[in-house]
Amino acid sequence: MSIKLKALKKSPWVFHVSAASCNNCDIEILAALTPRFDVERFGILLVGSPRHADALLVTGVINRKSLPRVLEVYNQTPKPCLVIAVGTCACDCHMFKDSYNVVGPYDKYFPVDVYIPGCPPRPEAIIAGVVKALSKL
Amino acid sequence: MNILTILFHFFIFPGFLFLVIFGMFLTFLDRKISARIQWRVGPPWYQPYLDFLKLLLKEVIVPINSSKFLFLFAPVLSFLSAVISGTMIYYFLLYPQRSFLGDIIVILYFLTLVPVGFILGASSSRNPLSGCGAQREMMLLIGYELPFIFALLISIVKAGGKIKLGEIIMAQNNLSFLYSWSGLISFLTLLFVFQAKLGYVPFDIAEAEQEIMAGTILEYSGVSLALFKLAKAILLLSLPALLIALLWPAKSIFSFIIKFFFIFLLIVLMKNTNPRLRIDQALKFFWFILGPFSILGVILVLSGL
Repeated sequence: MSIKLKALKKSPWVFHVSAASCNNCDIEILAALTPRFDVERFGILLVGSPRHADALLVTGVINRKSLPRVLEVYNQTPKPCLVIAVGTCACDCHMFKDSYNVVGPYDKYFPVDVYIPGCPPRPEAIIAGVVKALSKL
Repeated sequence: MNILTILFHFFIFPGFLFLVIFGMFLTFLDRKISARIQWRVGPPWYQPYLDFLKLLLKEVIVPINSSKFLFLFAPVLSFLSAVISGTMIYYFLLYPQRSFLGDIIVILYFLTLVPVGFILGASSSRNPLSGCGAQREMMLLIGYELPFIFALLISIVKAGGKIKLGEIIMAQNNLSFLYSWSGLISFLTLLFVFQAKLGYVPFDIAEAEQEIMAGTILEYSGVSLALFKLAKAILLLSLPALLIALLWPAKSIFSFIIKFFFIFLLIVLMKNTNPRLRIDQALKFFWFILGPFSILGVILVLSGL
């Protein structure tokens, strides 16, 4: 493994994009970042700005209001970056798929690297998803 | 002294390479100790180096309508002034005889230029949250410069009015300035001032993640962000050394390392056991508590205590 790839894999800083989610997935993401799971062992840090991020954790059903905001955040993130869809809503819109203001899952608009299903997914599932995304590189 | 030794001193031993490598190692220690305090395992030792390498590989985004030159120049300014001040502090610790008149003022100016770089970069990025961060950083700078200068004055007066770092170090050959009332006051003042200079927790108002995202460094990505992080890491390495030079010089390298880590631990513990102050609380603390406290130190030192 080259040192460049190792640097990209061993220090993913995540930015948490909450786009109209019901907050369950957000709570689980925060739970995954607590000392109990200690993701800093793998170099994962939660950062405050999309400019610093290497991975975007997107949650929630994407709708007409949140679509431009999420696209803005995606375009502001320096590439290369990963997109991780957390929760069934983010993966396939779940039970809201026929709603009038839902404009479809995230992968219609930008490439999504990992899908983590669950309503909400457990912190272990989120960590496993991130690990899978990194081992794919 | 020929040109090669000057270049060696600037680029390798007390200079650039030493400061960068050990500064990043100290940020690792900081994260590891914080992790252990929170009952976690913490990152591996090579984490800061990988973070730095990763930031070099990332794309640098310059916001539209920002002042491009200033935006890209500000991290370089911060980084270079941190390197120069760090080099001077370590060089005079190694060779106290070679210091020149007024070097302590030069160090003071270069240490002030680091937050000035942060302010310039944040204000040129045209982001309202960054602007807010720049404003807070400016307030904080105005707040802590006054106690900082009074604390420096204590050492200068104690050394017999010499504004040379080397003379201050050599004046403490028999007894360190720390073991007196005014020295103790200066030590405590400098500890709080350095916490604010490093942007660590009781005074991390300018980078408050929960309020203004990342504040001053919000718009930075890639190499520029790496330079800002490095500037902070170098300050983490050079500020405890400045404190040791001013008040508590070490005879041998071994006692220097012990004293250094004692001060470093105090800084990290203070970071981990305190909540963030509001900007008005921080200013009140620096002007109305630490300011008179350090003036008391100056009065004490003038009356010979």
